[in-house]
Amino acid sequence: MSLDTSLVIEGKSPAQLAWIRFRKDKVAIVALVFSLIIVILALLAPWVCALLNIDPYSLNKTTIDSVGLPNAPFGGMSRAHPLGVEPGTGRDILARLIYGTRVSLIVALIATFITTLIGVVLGIWAGYKRGIVDGIIGRTIDLLLAFPSLLLIISLAPVMQPRLVAMGFPEGNPARMTYIILILSLFGWTYIARIMRGQALSLREREFVAAAQASGAKTSYMIFKEILPNLWAPIIVYASLTVPGYIAIEATFSFLGLGVVAPTASWGGMLADSVRYFRSDPAYLFIPGTALFLLVLAFNLVGDGLRDALDPKGERAQKV
Amino acid sequence: MARFVVRRLAFMIFLLAIVSIATFLLFSVLPVDPASLSCGQHCTPEKIAANRIRLGYDQPLINQYFTFMKGIFAGRSYGEGAQAFSCPAPSFGYSYYRGQCVTEMITNALPATISLTIGSAIIWLTMGIGLGVISAMNKGKIQDRVSTGLAIFGLSMPTFFIGLLLIYVFIIWLQIFPFPSYTHFLDNPFKWAQALVLPWFTVAIVSAALYTRLTRDGMLETMSEDYVRLAIAKGLPRRKVLVRYVLRGAITPIVTIAGLDIAVLLGGAIITESVFGLPGMGRLALNSVTDSDLPVIVGITLITAFFVVVANALVDILYASLDPRVRLES
Repeated sequence: MSLDTSLVIEGKSPAQLAWIRFRKDKVAIVALVFSLIIVILALLAPWVCALLNIDPYSLNKTTIDSVGLPNAPFGGMSRAHPLGVEPGTGRDILARLIYGTRVSLIVALIATFITTLIGVVLGIWAGYKRGIVDGIIGRTIDLLLAFPSLLLIISLAPVMQPRLVAMGFPEGNPARMTYIILILSLFGWTYIARIMRGQALSLREREFVAAAQASGAKTSYMIFKEILPNLWAPIIVYASLTVPGYIAIEATFSFLGLGVVAPTASWGGMLADSVRYFRSDPAYLFIPGTALFLLVLAFNLVGDGLRDALDPKGERAQKV
Repeated sequence: MARFVVRRLAFMIFLLAIVSIATFLLFSVLPVDPASLSCGQHCTPEKIAANRIRLGYDQPLINQYFTFMKGIFAGRSYGEGAQAFSCPAPSFGYSYYRGQCVTEMITNALPATISLTIGSAIIWLTMGIGLGVISAMNKGKIQDRVSTGLAIFGLSMPTFFIGLLLIYVFIIWLQIFPFPSYTHFLDNPFKWAQALVLPWFTVAIVSAALYTRLTRDGMLETMSEDYVRLAIAKGLPRRKVLVRYVLRGAITPIVTIAGLDIAVLLGGAIITESVFGLPGMGRLALNSVTDSDLPVIVGITLITAFFVVVANALVDILYASLDPRVRLES
């Protein structure tokens, strides 16, 4: 009996299946491409700016008039400065956006990584061990949730930043960014930890866990080698949805004056500045604001696409 | 049930105690000397020392803590003789910077924050749950696409950008509203609402987006439950299944989250209040940070934590009374 080759069923890994589903989601693909372009622009910022002949720091005094308003229309848009110039200083907005993306992405990606790492390990540990470990981790989460985190972040910033400098972080913007990353991680891990705990609670009742325990596996082995590999899908989804949130929060901090300070470019800093030029130069509000919105939106859409692709259960809900 | 309530309330009190200790320890690291803040221009070291004693900052931290806690229940008096003054219970300390009891400053700021919270909660709950229900009922159709699209739009707008945008469009460009100046509700309800409409929407848009998703996902998940399948199989009308079975099952977790979100907001919406210049808790907090007015920061932190912890406990109890599974689990 010969097999008809066209009927041979090809085995596919879960990752392949997810990619096939993701590829069908046109919105997610567009968002992914957009996000990747932004990441590449940020990585190659000096070369991109050199290519476009723009620079984030030079003050183009000729582009602004005596009261500091851009000469050209729409916030000073011209061939030399495609997205216009900053009122007051005449710095190129496009170059500042490209460099500002670096700060946003560094903060958001590192903070997401630390948040996810802490949340995953503590969450699985609590759900797997239960008992006293679960109790302590659970109560710590309750405690952290009770605090008004934004107020604490703002009020502790003037103290903690000098301490980070004393610990060896370079003064100025690196210390400011480190502070934001650390404090976001401190408050941020609780969400993913609770999800991981719930998952681990149900996984620990499965046979493969009992089998590993019977063969004498240690807790660390159980967490990292037995339970964690089952949870990659939710981890990827929640991590990818955390990034845009942190991008927005980083901008909010710069807006409140806590993030990086000028002359280093930051999106929130530009928006905070724009308040003074509301009436005379609204483009200065709209251009950085729209850029921020688009970046957050793109990352959110990618996260959504991943969620749909990695969670086939979502399709199964019946119609009423 | 009674046992659950007692245990939950006991835990709430325990958590409040821990929160207050943690807050105290945390802020003791701040290199701010409340005693020297008050001193003014003609300050001498002796005056600062005297102030420190008067405010109790000369005491060890643990004594300060207990005096502070006692003040919350019994009020607190400062100084001696003719210069003595007191802050009646519940006293959260005294701001030398402003020359006011912290409790008084907080009570002055609360009306604006409460107005902001209630108005925006109404908007985001109706918008969020409404869109979520429409979306879930028409899964995959155009209504669903529009709602989920709106939701992801709203989720991607940072709050301060929404606020700035609304100010630009409605105040500067279209000039529908004057620049908001907060008026007390009892003084002039019309002006009160006029000053709050834009802040309400600023807070509500992000939350509405979040609640749209929660409602949609919750309803879709409930729709795949066996008891819903049974209800359909029994031949119950679609509307009845949706309202009695699906929405009811899906809405309980949303109420839980709403309780917490509202409690957090009562502690002050720092961004929205500062963008619109509303004299609420959030702006008070931000100003106090700028002024290094430590007693006020501590007071606001504790009040906010109090709202959150109490709301958390109430929601848990409500949840347990609605859903017996919760009681059995713990």
